[in-house]
Amino acid sequence: MGLLYGLIAVGLALIFGLMDVTNFAHGEFLMIAMYLSFFLFAFFAIDPLLSAPLVAAALFIFGAVVYLLIVRFAMRAKANAGMVQIFTTFGLAIVMRGLAQFFFTPDYRSIPHSWLGGKTISIAGIFLPEPQLVGALVSILAFVGLYFFIHRTDFGRALEATREDPGAVALVGIDKNRVFAFGWGLGAALVGLAGAIMASFFYIYPDVGASFALIAYVTVALGGFGSVFGAFAGGIIVGLVEATTALVLPPSLKSVGIYAVYLLVVFIRPRGLFGSI
Amino acid sequence: MDKEFAARRRRDLIIAAVLAGIAALTPLFVKDVVVQNILILTLMYAGLSQSWNILSGYCGQISLGHALYFGLGAYTTELLFTKFGVLPWFGMLAGGVVSALIAMGLGYPFFRLRGHYFVIATIVIAEIGLLLFHNWDWAGAAMGITIPIRGDSWLKFQFLRTKLPYFYFALALCCLAWFVTWWLEDSKWGFWWRAVKDNPDAAESLGVDVFNSKMGAAAVSAFLVAVGGSFYAQFVSYIDPESVMGFQFSLLMALPAVLGGIGTLWGPVLGAAILIPLTELTRFKFGGSGRGVDLIVYGTLIVLISLALPRGLLSLFSRPKKTGAAR
Amino acid sequence: MTALLETRGVWQRFGGLVANSDVSISVGRGEIVGLIGPNGAGKSTLFNLIAGVLPPTQGSILFDGEDVTQMPAAQRCQRGVGRTFQVVKSFETMTVIDNVIVGALVRNTVMREARRKAHEVLEFTGLAARADVLASDLVPAEKRRLEVARALATEPKLLLLDEVLTGLTPTEAQTGVALVRKVRDTGITVLMVEHVMEIVMPLVDRAIVLDLGKVLVEGKPADVVRDPKVIKAYLGDRHAVGA
Repeated sequence: MGLLYGLIAVGLALIFGLMDVTNFAHGEFLMIAMYLSFFLFAFFAIDPLLSAPLVAAALFIFGAVVYLLIVRFAMRAKANAGMVQIFTTFGLAIVMRGLAQFFFTPDYRSIPHSWLGGKTISIAGIFLPEPQLVGALVSILAFVGLYFFIHRTDFGRALEATREDPGAVALVGIDKNRVFAFGWGLGAALVGLAGAIMASFFYIYPDVGASFALIAYVTVALGGFGSVFGAFAGGIIVGLVEATTALVLPPSLKSVGIYAVYLLVVFIRPRGLFGSI
Repeated sequence: MDKEFAARRRRDLIIAAVLAGIAALTPLFVKDVVVQNILILTLMYAGLSQSWNILSGYCGQISLGHALYFGLGAYTTELLFTKFGVLPWFGMLAGGVVSALIAMGLGYPFFRLRGHYFVIATIVIAEIGLLLFHNWDWAGAAMGITIPIRGDSWLKFQFLRTKLPYFYFALALCCLAWFVTWWLEDSKWGFWWRAVKDNPDAAESLGVDVFNSKMGAAAVSAFLVAVGGSFYAQFVSYIDPESVMGFQFSLLMALPAVLGGIGTLWGPVLGAAILIPLTELTRFKFGGSGRGVDLIVYGTLIVLISLALPRGLLSLFSRPKKTGAAR
Repeated sequence: MTALLETRGVWQRFGGLVANSDVSISVGRGEIVGLIGPNGAGKSTLFNLIAGVLPPTQGSILFDGEDVTQMPAAQRCQRGVGRTFQVVKSFETMTVIDNVIVGALVRNTVMREARRKAHEVLEFTGLAARADVLASDLVPAEKRRLEVARALATEPKLLLLDEVLTGLTPTEAQTGVALVRKVRDTGITVLMVEHVMEIVMPLVDRAIVLDLGKVLVEGKPADVVRDPKVIKAYLGDRHAVGA
């Protein structure tokens, strides 16, 4: 579970680190991804595991479009830039939830009989739920891929450079908007991947994003804003803490453990564990 | 220049008095219960947003966890009333004090955080509060508390047959929050807060006690919001964790101020006057369908207004600033 | 009479980096003292130590006969230390007069008096005509002057000026120099950090040159500029021979 949190959070961390913008609609991106996965299954009988790349690709486009149509302008605001970003993305989240209710109805849905759903696998006598295991595997693959992408490819370096100094980058002839749109796309694609996997073992409903969004923010902040590795580590910590709290506290309080750990961490290290900014 | 300034302060006060007067007369003409309800909520949120604005707008510490204080106000009042028979009026004060104390207690660690870390910490702490109340059996846990109704009474601040007392209380709360803001705006605290918001380092160098400024703002803000929470509890006469401490309250306190003009005297009132009726009307018109049209309309508006008017609606009215070259 | 400000064996280390080593300087009452040195000499660090942004790693700072080494900036301001920032830090969303009122509130608890004081200071610094303009709408030179005005409103005994004259046009710099003299004439001691020697030398009574975190030379401006060590520090060995 922690790795999946990490995957959701990395998308957010990427967007934040790149542009210093917090996407408060991140949970809704996840929700969209889950619905996409659901409909691909319902209409074309494509298993979530197979549709994951499709969903990620769709989310990539969606993220880039959201950036180009909305966020781009929010970043230009002269006054109260921080507030404008918070409330624009919040507004977007509300709209997306509304749209989901409108088109998909508020009903809870789930994907029955997927390849992964409900099955367990036994490794050395320990039973592990299959979907979570596959999720963890996919997450690790995605992290490794992302790491190489950022550090080994030209576009990855362009992302880094734009983040550090948009002005200088413009001089070199890189279009800032293209890079940022790509960054949003990538962030959304990652959460899309997470959504597709989660679709096979979570109920899907319009508000589903909200329950994961706060945990995603906490995860990112825990690792330190802007640190992709931090988000990954944060995800693992959050997963572990959640599992541990579940042992000692009633299930309804399991998030309290996560939140408490977050508060504890930022009080000791106000910039998160691996934060630089 | 001083005269000009004094005149402007006086003008604000007169406008406020006139508006309050007009508001006080509306029940004479508005008999429709649904509309009265909307008016009450509008006034309440105007007051809440005004209080939120003190900490987040003036002092610049963006809190999205004020639902915590709202809920604390509601719960303190109702727990005292149902468990110990303490009259809501005292409960209201107690709730305010409890919230202010908790706000200051939280301030110690919280005010070291900056930017997003602070915002997320406020969301998180409200969420913790929500979860704790959910699991606190003595306080009714998820079932909440139903306030026993024993007929209309000013003493117990509960009314079945008429909404008018609630209306006037909401109006009084709104006026109080406005007046406190007005009064503090031209005080040492007001100046300190704005200085802390704009540049804490510079403020520090000018002898501003940055930490205590934030603490003061947090205490005043939390106290007023808690009073609002107590009022709301009496008004709806049933509370459970979600219905008084849910995240939506944090949002609904922040939005009017942001929409109207954050860190301004009139922003929250203006924002609430537009936003709350809109929220209620869209909910009333489209909400019943359960199809989320209200959310779509509402969200779109928020996006558009934040993009088009980053300084809030109030910036439409302000005269262009004098920006001639230096002598 | 004792010096107004004295640093005794002040060290400041940032990790392995030594920004100030064993700096002992003193500033007498009514003086204009220039703190100069090449880039990275540790001027700004020393300046921040005196202003109270952070306590020194070692050593002590005395102000007006009192040990203020561990005292935070806000309290030093109440004791009479006023400062400006190298990178201007105006309260951007507030008007010029409101900016200055924040400073004036240190010694005036009644708003009316603080406001009157602020107007006085604006008059003194030549910003009166801009009182109701938002600080964000000022031109850079005016912002610098606003920094000085704000600090003056706190009625300091010692005014710390951090590169207030750097980056101004010659005319603006002249106005600035005149303002600093005027400030001193009201009895306020001035310690100013400047990078460019030409601007400050005619203005200051005494100059302290820092290099590599240490006090290199101290004395009358005329002597300091001729000191081979100073020339070497500023221009490198090549020029020192010629001078």
